[in-house]
Amino acid sequence: MPAPIRLRELIRTIRTARTQAEEREMIQKECAAIRSSFREEDNTYRCRNVAKLLYMHMLGYPAHFGQLECLKLIASQKFTDKRIGYLGAMLLLDERQDVHLLMTNCIKNDLNHSTQFVQGLALCTLGCMGSSEMCRDLAGEVEKLLKTSNSYLRKKAALCAVHVIRKVPELMEMFLPATKNLLNEKNHGVLHTSVVLLTEMCERSPDMLAHFRKNEKLVPQLVRILKNLIMSGYSPEHDVSGISDPFLQVRILRLLRILGRNDDDSSEAMNDILAQVATNTETSKNVGNAILYETVLTIMDIKSESGLRVLAINILGRFLLNNDKNIRYVALTSLLKTVQTDHNAVQRHRSTIVDCLKDLDVSIKRRAMELSFALVNGNNIRGMMKELLYFLDSCEPEFKADCASGIFLAAEKYAPSKRWHIDTIMRVLTTAGSYVRDDAVPNLIQLITNSVEMHAYTVQRLYKAILGDYSQQPLVQVAAWCIGEYGDLLVSGQCEEEEPIQVTEDEVLDILESVLISNMSTSVTRGYALTAIMKLSTRFTCTVNRIKKVVSIYGSSIDVELQQRAVEYNALFKKYDHMRSALLERMPVMEKVTTNGPTEIVQTNGETEPAPLETKPPPTGPQPTSQANDLLDLLGGNDITPVIPTVPTSKPASAGGELLDLLGDINLTGSPAAAATPSSVPQISQPPFLLDGLSSQPLFNDITTGIPSITAYSKNGLKIEFTFERSNTNPSVTVITIQASNSTELDMTDFVFQAAVPKTFQLQLLSPSSSIVPAFNTGTITQVIKVLNPQKQQLRMRIKLTYNHKGSAMQDLAEVNNFPPQSWQ
Amino acid sequence: MIKAILIFNNHGKPRLSKFYQHINEDTQQQIIRETFHLVSKRDENVCNFLEGGLLIGGSDNRLIYRHYATLYFVFCVDSSESELGILDLIQVFVETLDKCFENVCELDLIFHVDKVHNILAEMVMGGMVLETNMNEIVTQIDAQNKLEKSEAGLAGAPARAVSAVKNMNLPEIPRNINIGDISIKVPNLPSFK
Repeated sequence: MPAPIRLRELIRTIRTARTQAEEREMIQKECAAIRSSFREEDNTYRCRNVAKLLYMHMLGYPAHFGQLECLKLIASQKFTDKRIGYLGAMLLLDERQDVHLLMTNCIKNDLNHSTQFVQGLALCTLGCMGSSEMCRDLAGEVEKLLKTSNSYLRKKAALCAVHVIRKVPELMEMFLPATKNLLNEKNHGVLHTSVVLLTEMCERSPDMLAHFRKNEKLVPQLVRILKNLIMSGYSPEHDVSGISDPFLQVRILRLLRILGRNDDDSSEAMNDILAQVATNTETSKNVGNAILYETVLTIMDIKSESGLRVLAINILGRFLLNNDKNIRYVALTSLLKTVQTDHNAVQRHRSTIVDCLKDLDVSIKRRAMELSFALVNGNNIRGMMKELLYFLDSCEPEFKADCASGIFLAAEKYAPSKRWHIDTIMRVLTTAGSYVRDDAVPNLIQLITNSVEMHAYTVQRLYKAILGDYSQQPLVQVAAWCIGEYGDLLVSGQCEEEEPIQVTEDEVLDILESVLISNMSTSVTRGYALTAIMKLSTRFTCTVNRIKKVVSIYGSSIDVELQQRAVEYNALFKKYDHMRSALLERMPVMEKVTTNGPTEIVQTNGETEPAPLETKPPPTGPQPTSQANDLLDLLGGNDITPVIPTVPTSKPASAGGELLDLLGDINLTGSPAAAATPSSVPQISQPPFLLDGLSSQPLFNDITTGIPSITAYSKNGLKIEFTFERSNTNPSVTVITIQASNSTELDMTDFVFQAAVPKTFQLQLLSPSSSIVPAFNTGTITQVIKVLNPQKQQLRMRIKLTYNHKGSAMQDLAEVNNFPPQSWQ
Repeated sequence: MIKAILIFNNHGKPRLSKFYQHINEDTQQQIIRETFHLVSKRDENVCNFLEGGLLIGGSDNRLIYRHYATLYFVFCVDSSESELGILDLIQVFVETLDKCFENVCELDLIFHVDKVHNILAEMVMGGMVLETNMNEIVTQIDAQNKLEKSEAGLAGAPARAVSAVKNMNLPEIPRNINIGDISIKVPNLPSFK
């Protein structure tokens, strides 16, 4: 069999192939030759064959049959063989093949080889693809090499150690003694990899971090090295564009960042050197900017003094104005990281950031968009929104969905007026209507319902918007819904905000019918349109027959959803005409169920489910409100507005006076009236009142911990503890979780917990987990209380407990005053 | 950590691919294609940073690339690496290649893939930067190459002959040897570089 061709020959041959098929053919031929050569166990040419195999692997052809051959090469004595063998192992093998374990012994031997390059190869391979078993076996050898004086091996051993630690974190302690002297090296390569090793150890284990901070005095050492680098002047071997070993500088700065985070002493020790680096580094080349960037990140992360922080933000501001796109990108990224902590400082650069929205570079635009959303606040909302809407108009499609969602969120949080809010939404719907996310439509509808006084204006604008073009589905859906609801306002021609347009009922029906017929409308949109037409049958007077006709046509539609709707509506016309007006009433103001906690809780009535009362005693009739007022008077407040306007109040059986009786008769955290008759007037939104558990309310997702819990009540074996949570998005809301436990020998049954707060607060009590407190502290009842404290006053609460214990009914009243300041400030 | 280092040409043909995490071969090829697709769309005067494609692992990963003549050098890194630092690292890598290959061009990379791997192994190990000093790297590579050559035995003879002639300093042979009045001209040998 002729000698296998050399790698270079193979490459030359493959390059002559003109088509993919030709190339494949050549490669297959060569693979066959290589396979037969492997079978012959030919030692001399194995190296060449494996090299060719690796080349073919890079081009994308399967090469797994060479794995064992790599192992044989590694076991050979020649350096050339080992080199290719290890390279093959790194490229072809990984943890998933069992074959790799066979390497362990070879690597072990090579780690103790006399030639440093062979040891280096072994370390390299172990560090690239060593599995956890291999690492466990060979960690000792690596550790030995970490202490050697040969700098070539030492640096490789350091990185290998990093890999070992990543795979087998328990072995971290083993490398600790070897790290003591690592930073005393002169060789920059070793210094660099040692810093990497130390960084890895500190990041992985807080114990290590503490150890390095205190015992090893790592920070002074690093500061010393950094100082030498800066002051040393020109050193030809480490110089990159005029700066001495910038890679090492950047690494040290990163490690300093980890060491200084949340630690005052370390941060103080590095203040000087950071200031020095920040002021002395030359910024004309990329290298200097890289160091400055790292310095800025470090300053922002540690507990630096304010002058230093101002310096850092100014450097970032300078970066933003730099011509180099990379620098600007990097500046935007770091500003995004700091905008949470140093919001005001970043605000100063807002105009530059907004300019970046117009940049041609996609990466920069994305960063600028994210940063702009983070910078929006109540003061700059109008200006920012103008820019963002312009951006939405002109940006690439991949941004539009994110931008639209961001605009909606920002508008919701900071809208200066309802009209502005609706205008903004309209603008987004018309410009990027098809990119709006699906969940935006119900949110928008709910928003429009809530802004009662804007209904006429909204429906008019929506009508005008879809008159011209009804292809953007979300826009059409919202418009159809609004026209269905407020069509009467539309034709009546009343609108305060804008010039009212004259629209006849027929024109409205025309547009809705065209939406129904159009090919561009999706099934969902059609459903919206049909329902809207149906609703108009109660709101329009002259065109009811036309509506009946349309509805009956769709009774035989192919689309099952439409057909079902049409058939039901038909039935409504025929058999249930007396109910039609009641059913097609105006929708009430909708309750908002979002996880970010609305500031006010809206009452529902009618169509939505009545508030459940699980274990509370049923309400003793219509809500008596005056006792609530009396109780709150006792807690020392002012007037309270009536709880529910539509429910008549009845006089209480016992007059005001004794607190116990007051609390006994009324259900303080009582249910809202389950008023069955839907009112034709949309409900007044957001009266402040005490409300019982709408158990569908989910708890806050983003919470901060760290507020100490208190024991609110402890008597007769019953202990009640309060734990607190604050929401990040709404600082005036506190969520209190109460836990009631019972240390006596008998259970407490029918346990009811009630609470009242002063008038400046609002309270919401969710349903408890059960009504039995088991004995001997074997279990607890948990219940959640939400307190809204907009004026940030000191939290006080009066609680009443009723339960049955040892056969007798017990009642107790207590006042809770020991709320920790973090719970209400 | 550096997740992957890719070198491909303007048409997407891979010239070097090294992955520092476990990815199977099909996915590797897909990643190369996807990366080429993302990088080739870029204009000349935009920044050198890109969000990684879906395959290479999501929003934490960034592609940092540099375009030299016909080759794209792409490093896929996660957030623990400094972007500007990686740009410098690419520059150092290319300069090292230049020193090792003498005016490196794409052909050198094509025909000496294994050597490029060796150089890279001296710079980046296990996804972390090992050595950034160009001279140091070149010294070590030279030493290892010498070791290889000394082992090569007979098969290496032509290569050794070539390098021996290369090191012969022909231009210094005097053109004119003057011994009194007799001037003997030495024939003009073609300069063998």
